[in-house]
Amino acid sequence: MLDKEQAQYQAIITDILQGAKQSGMDAVEAAIASSVGLSASVRLGETDSVEFSRSKVLALTVYWGKKKGSASTTDIQPAAIQAALKAAIHIAEYTEDDPFSGLADKEMLAKDIPDLDLYHPADISAEKALLLAKECETSARDFDARIINSEGATFSTHQSHRVYGNSLGFLAGYKTSQYSLSCTVIAKEQEGMQRDYDFTVGRAESDLLSPAFVGKNAAFRTVQRLNARKIKTGMASVIFSPEMARGLWGHLLSAISGGQLYRRASFLVDHLGKQIFPNFIHLEELPHLQKGLGSAPFDAEGVQTKPRDIIQAGVLQGYVLGSYSARKLGLKTTGNAGGVHNVVVTPGKESLKSLCQAMQQGLLVTELMGHGVNLVTGDYSRGAAGFWIEGGEIQYPVHEITIAGNLKEMFKQLMAVGNDIDRRSGIITGSVWVGKMMIGGT
Amino acid sequence: MHNHLSALALAEQTLWEPAGLSLQSVETVLGKILGNTIDYADLYFQSAEHESWILEDGIIKEGSYNIDYGVGVRAISGEKVGFAFSDDIVLPALEAAAMAAKSITAAGGTQKIQARSSGIVSRALYNTANPLQSIPNAEKISLLRSLDSAARKADPRVKQVIVSLSGVHEVVLVMASDGTLNADVRPLVRLNVNVIAEENGRREQGSQGGGGRFAYSRFLEQDLGSHYVFEAVRQAILNLSAVPAPAGVMPVVLGSGWPGVLLHEAIGHGLEGDFNRKGSSAFAGRMGEQVASSLCTVVDDGTLIERRGSLNMDDEGTPSQCTTLIEKGVLKGYLQDKLNARLMGMQSTGNGRRESYASLVLPRMTNTYLLPGDHVPEEIIASVERGLYAVNFGGGQVDITSGKFVFNASEAYLIEKGKVTRPVKGATLIGNGPEILKQVSMLGNDLKLDTGVGVCGKEGQSVPVGVGQPTLKIENMTVGGTNVG
Repeated sequence: MLDKEQAQYQAIITDILQGAKQSGMDAVEAAIASSVGLSASVRLGETDSVEFSRSKVLALTVYWGKKKGSASTTDIQPAAIQAALKAAIHIAEYTEDDPFSGLADKEMLAKDIPDLDLYHPADISAEKALLLAKECETSARDFDARIINSEGATFSTHQSHRVYGNSLGFLAGYKTSQYSLSCTVIAKEQEGMQRDYDFTVGRAESDLLSPAFVGKNAAFRTVQRLNARKIKTGMASVIFSPEMARGLWGHLLSAISGGQLYRRASFLVDHLGKQIFPNFIHLEELPHLQKGLGSAPFDAEGVQTKPRDIIQAGVLQGYVLGSYSARKLGLKTTGNAGGVHNVVVTPGKESLKSLCQAMQQGLLVTELMGHGVNLVTGDYSRGAAGFWIEGGEIQYPVHEITIAGNLKEMFKQLMAVGNDIDRRSGIITGSVWVGKMMIGGT
Repeated sequence: MHNHLSALALAEQTLWEPAGLSLQSVETVLGKILGNTIDYADLYFQSAEHESWILEDGIIKEGSYNIDYGVGVRAISGEKVGFAFSDDIVLPALEAAAMAAKSITAAGGTQKIQARSSGIVSRALYNTANPLQSIPNAEKISLLRSLDSAARKADPRVKQVIVSLSGVHEVVLVMASDGTLNADVRPLVRLNVNVIAEENGRREQGSQGGGGRFAYSRFLEQDLGSHYVFEAVRQAILNLSAVPAPAGVMPVVLGSGWPGVLLHEAIGHGLEGDFNRKGSSAFAGRMGEQVASSLCTVVDDGTLIERRGSLNMDDEGTPSQCTTLIEKGVLKGYLQDKLNARLMGMQSTGNGRRESYASLVLPRMTNTYLLPGDHVPEEIIASVERGLYAVNFGGGQVDITSGKFVFNASEAYLIEKGKVTRPVKGATLIGNGPEILKQVSMLGNDLKLDTGVGVCGKEGQSVPVGVGQPTLKIENMTVGGTNVG
């Protein structure tokens, strides 16, 4: 199933692999990534912007013994490619021997490339994209009289193509598509304003939620935040909504990533095989989910991606490694050069509503702000907004508060995962009840 | 320093000549975009050459060289913006992008490009020479090596050192239907030191860096690297003995320099023209109101020599300027690009910026800072019975609609009975933009700008910025530690 573009990219990469060999390099890898997209925005019922994008970049790395050099260019004409190759070789003359550097081990490279149903091209005109965005925004603005303004709605399409090859004989590529629709509206309260948003995203346009649904939900989320209060400083139980829980799992994945580990810059150094969560926590990586937003047949180094357990019964089963960090740690790559591919947190049986009832009193966090996460120590302190729960029910919205703790302790104290699964990213999770955290408020 | 005309000549030579483009052919493309309903159109040509070198584990581990160039085409009709770009600078690609951008409006009609007004940017805030070539590679390598060994010698508890050096040489040329034809050649370099220290099984990190629109040679001449090493090691060692930060409302004293990220988040973003034109900012419609204590005067100044956030011209070809945002506590001005200025009946303040040819122009900050007061910093600390003294920050974030903002301290101390006592762990500070500066009760005489590390993100686009302030006291602010009482 070789198309013209794929053939062109493969020919360019083959030339680079040969050129590097001829220049005396011991190994080389190169990738071309290109994308075509459209983004159309409507605000207050009128066209706000229409953006067309068409871009490509070629990146290559050469290995000269155990030294390496990298270069990239957005121009893929022969002269520019030659210049990039020359620049990379020149850099390799200055970098130093690193015994762990090099291409992935040959036996780890993907042998077959499964079709993961990631590419659903559709010829969507700017007019149609604008209509969908307009329908979405209109339903948000019509939802409630307190919606007084809008930041607009945007419909985007994105089709990408990535081809990777290396001097071990690997040369393959795949295409993906992504469609999304988002809407942000503003509601007025006595003293000021609040805004919130909602979105839908999928590999195929037909997988998106309806514009009206997204608009109404954006408006509902926004008016729900009106007349938020601060709460008192003190310890409280905290539930993270699925969108916010995604961040918590993201911190876990960063802390067990090879780069952090070999630098000993993680609070989870040397935790392989250890209990870091309660027994009921189970996390899998499923790189081959059909139409998955994080799916990939092979990683950034051509290594075969494979389904696996990351956390089983609360115990850490594996790290997130590329070849380099794996060698530094004396381990094998886990096929995660470039990141994880669909991490799925096994959901619990309870809905968010019943989690709130079980918690009785505490905070439901629906927004987090700032970068207050220290992966070296696990210290966690962030701005937050959400809802105060009393008697198991939402009482009122809260904002301008902080929540703080230490990730290692928070992980150990997890109380439950909800069944309200959010599939709109490569990390698929329900709400997470964290247990007690320190709230900074009045 | 070279003058503006050579910047324009250099830009034409870099961006047009290889593609066989000329003033006439580019002007013809621009002319084709214009029509009855198009108010404004511009072409933005850019090339960026970037390199980075990384030392880790005591060896020069990575080096990379990247070249990126292209052209962005924008057509504006009322509030509508059509935009397309191409990473091939050749006539057919340029014409295709122009037609796509124009497609937001119905065809027809004619409108002329206004008389050209090139040459209005006569200042040269930085040298046009390519910083990547300012010193030989061997010297870049030896700089990284010497800083690595200095960090390891500084303290036996230092276990991991990462030193990175990066540079960009960017050439931009803007041609617009309002007669603009301007170019800017922008160098930008940065040197960073990151260390991890370990003691009794506890690990902490420290980092320091700096840079600006100058050549690498500056790092060598002023021995800036040794200072960054000293600071990074000092912070990591200090954090080894840090205790949990307090939680709750208390007086906060912020140090001079980089803590000015407060102004960037609490004030700066909320005063960007787009949010105010759309009425989505917590500051919308509050011009002339008292939004800060009368001690506070805040400016955004893109004209500082060789600063990271400085620009000879913005990305619409408008000369940068010094804009007063708040004067003695009263809201005075917005940060504008051409689109939002026109729709609000104002003038551009030279704050129209974009990450690259592939992104839309937005009103953005340059170097944002608070002017000094007359207290010596020690007096300010002495005035606090119990509170927090925060001198270093990671970064921040703001919700411009509710006005809520946060910023994260990476080095902070308790103040007890007017004295700085124990170091505390990093904590998030949270407040409300339009209210927080009303809480400023003392202002130091020690205005300082940051060392040149700021990166501002907005709508997915990153641009380099600067911040600054003197030591200042905020009477009441919520601190997000883990310790009660």
